[in-house]
Amino acid sequence: MASEGGTKTGGEFIEHHLQNLQLCKGDDGWVWNVKEVCSGNFWAFNVDSMVFSLILGLFFATLFSYIVRNASRGVPNRMQALIEVVFDFVNGSVKDTMHGTSRLIAPLALTIVVWVFFMNLMDLLPVDLLPRILELFGVHYLKVVPSTDPNITFGMSISIFLLILYYSFREKGVGGFVVGELMMNPLNPRDLGVPKLFWPLVCAFNFILESVAMLAKPLSLSLRLFGNMYAGELMFILIALLFGSILTPSIANIGLGVVGAVLHFLWAVFHILVVSLQAYIFMMLTIVYLSQAKEAH
Amino acid sequence: MDLNATLLGQMLAFGVFAWFCMKFVWPLLLDIIEERQTQIADGLAAADKGNRALEEAEAEKQAILEAARTQAREIIDQANTRASGIVDEARGEAGNEKERILASAHAEAEQDANRAREELRGQLGALAIAGAEKIIQREIDANAHKDLLDRLAAEI
Repeated sequence: MASEGGTKTGGEFIEHHLQNLQLCKGDDGWVWNVKEVCSGNFWAFNVDSMVFSLILGLFFATLFSYIVRNASRGVPNRMQALIEVVFDFVNGSVKDTMHGTSRLIAPLALTIVVWVFFMNLMDLLPVDLLPRILELFGVHYLKVVPSTDPNITFGMSISIFLLILYYSFREKGVGGFVVGELMMNPLNPRDLGVPKLFWPLVCAFNFILESVAMLAKPLSLSLRLFGNMYAGELMFILIALLFGSILTPSIANIGLGVVGAVLHFLWAVFHILVVSLQAYIFMMLTIVYLSQAKEAH
Repeated sequence: MDLNATLLGQMLAFGVFAWFCMKFVWPLLLDIIEERQTQIADGLAAADKGNRALEEAEAEKQAILEAARTQAREIIDQANTRASGIVDEARGEAGNEKERILASAHAEAEQDANRAREELRGQLGALAIAGAEKIIQREIDANAHKDLLDRLAAEI
């Protein structure tokens, strides 16, 4: 827990680890991590999330395009085979879920599953490894897992939401989508035999209901990923606290360290599941939402 | 943990990476895999065809073998018949030859016997004369009785 020349309490340690490296626009220019300027300010960038997200995205893009460019049409080598397994997995998921084809949805799903997987995987790095290294270079705050930043998860889910709207309008038309889908469901006044006079009432009710359902899609998508990863990261930080005083050895401290090591191992093993599962869920739900948007009910 | 402009950055990055994947990764990969699928399908079909051809060739081989066997049997039968024919013929010819040789041998033997008999007859005459000469030498003049003796020799 010793850092920056002084020791921190457990609470400070946790708080420090949950603080992004921020660049915020104040009245007199951009400043780094000034609480008064950054909190509640929209014009702030979480530089760490953004950088790691971009690095991992670039890693995905270069890895895949490099291997695809050097791919053999005959017998694939191991790396190519691995990538083809991922490809087949995504392609299979898309084909099982969707009727018809789309030029966008499948590659989008591939991007999501690999990118989110990489971002989640950062969670398995020891919590203090990168922050401590960068501290030597004068960077005092660092969160290494982009998917524990709601900005990152919302950034993706809002993009997907925009795509849902785009597909809905394109496939069903404005009337078909707004009236047919949002207003005539789930209570269809025609089928229920409601008098024409009360139709607007029923439609308004439907519209509120369906809009909430609609908005719940990106919200649940991003909050699920964020929540899982944030909680996982928090668990790692808490477990890391157990190691904290190992530098001043005593029987109690060593005991805590051993318990921490065991817990860390167990949680990391469990987290491998969470990491891949969350990436899969995010991809799968994206496919489902987009294919729903493309198809008339 | 507030929402801030990072959101926009991530949306932009997401769009770019998704576009990149859609443009430069997915179609190429799909192409490769589909090509391999058709290759494998073609290979399997070719293997099937090969197997069928093999079966057909096997059947053909059996038919040809069978025909060859039948033909060989026929040839052997023919040869056997012909061989026994030749042997019979040879046996008949040999019999005839034997008869001929025997007959000529008999004739020769008879001739020899006749010749020997003639010879013996001549010699017996001479002997008889010589004997008689010796007996009668003292009392009979050979010349006086020569014609008598010749007559005798001719009679023998």
